[in-house]
Amino acid sequence: MAMIKFRRERCKGCGLCVLACPKNLLMVSSKINRSGYPVAKIDDMKSCTGCALCAEMCPDVVITVFK
Amino acid sequence: MKQTFKRPKALVDIPSHFCPGCHHGIIHRLVAECIDLYGVREKTIGVASVGCSVFLYDYFNADVVEAPHGRAPAVATGVKRARPDNFVFTYQGDGDLAAIGTAEIIHAANRGEQITVIFVNNTVFGMTGGQMAPTTMSGQETTTTPFGRDLKTNGFPIKMSELLTELPGSTFVARAAVNNSKNLMKAKKLLKRAFEVQINGEGFSFVEFLSACPTNWKMTPKQATERVQEEMIPYFPLGVFKGGQE
Ligand SMILES: Cc1ncc(C[n+]2csc(CCOP(=O)(O)OP(=O)(O)O)c2C)c(N)n1
Ligand code: SF4
Ligand code: SF4
Ligand code: SF4
Repeated sequence: MAMIKFRRERCKGCGLCVLACPKNLLMVSSKINRSGYPVAKIDDMKSCTGCALCAEMCPDVVITVFK
Repeated sequence: MKQTFKRPKALVDIPSHFCPGCHHGIIHRLVAECIDLYGVREKTIGVASVGCSVFLYDYFNADVVEAPHGRAPAVATGVKRARPDNFVFTYQGDGDLAAIGTAEIIHAANRGEQITVIFVNNTVFGMTGGQMAPTTMSGQETTTTPFGRDLKTNGFPIKMSELLTELPGSTFVARAAVNNSKNLMKAKKLLKRAFEVQINGEGFSFVEFLSACPTNWKMTPKQATERVQEEMIPYFPLGVFKGGQE
């Protein structure tokens, strides 16, 4: 069991986490944060392995990982 | 559940000013992770350069001196010689290190100063709006090379790692990239070695990071990250040039 959390207010919607996820679980949603950026999200948390590659790639340390 | 990935302590918890998809943010975090890993936060003195990374002093939970454009290795030389027990690093863009600061980096490396240099090569002057840098690739369009860099009139993209490798004073020289997970993990290892070289008193250490600047490349973050792989790495090969694992 693994879980990732997004700190949405810090997300810039760059999508680098989307490219990094080996299981293709992430996407940039249509939700906009206070800074005006679309924010990244995960729908299928059950498939997340907690590998943290998305978090490693995020330039803004938006993602934290729990395992 | 246990938290397995979190923000390093050495990185201040404030939003960054970097553009979406800029690799500066990733490289800042990697440096902060190393500061945490080696427990040197209380004795770290960073030397900031001029460029998009100019706000180093806001982002690092450590002491930081701001150097005049290109002069970070000279300032770091003074800091380290005056305070040899401190961990001293510079963080410089390619406009800073490879254009206005070429003399300073070459002589600091050649003197074998006991400092660590983080060199962020994004093939462009980022902060000032995308002018050609010495590292700009052949044919690359910038605001000062609107028809693409012409090697005949603008010279060749300069390979700083290869240049510094030739100097007898340098101890560790490597080039890394953070454009995908595999390269990022390798980059971490190289950065660790660069830290160890200074901590062990082995000499001058230098890590060049190939970095994306989506804004001035006029690309999406995805396109910019792909450009690092397709255009930059073939010309600026990754790996250790000098002074591998102890
Ligand atoms: C003495 C001096 N000359 C010129 C400038 C203008 N200037 C500011 S940043 C910069 C270059 C920044 O490019 P780079 O070092 O590649 O860093 P980046 O912004 O791409 O991270 C220049 C030329 C300056 N600040 N000081
Ligand atoms: S932790 Fe790994 S599997 Fe889970 S979303 Fe991030 S990259 Fe994908
Ligand atoms: S990498 Fe970070 S900033 Fe970029 S979209 Fe993903 S969570 Fe947001
Ligand atoms: S201009 Fe380029 S180097 Fe500067 S913050 Fe934006 S993407 Fe990064």
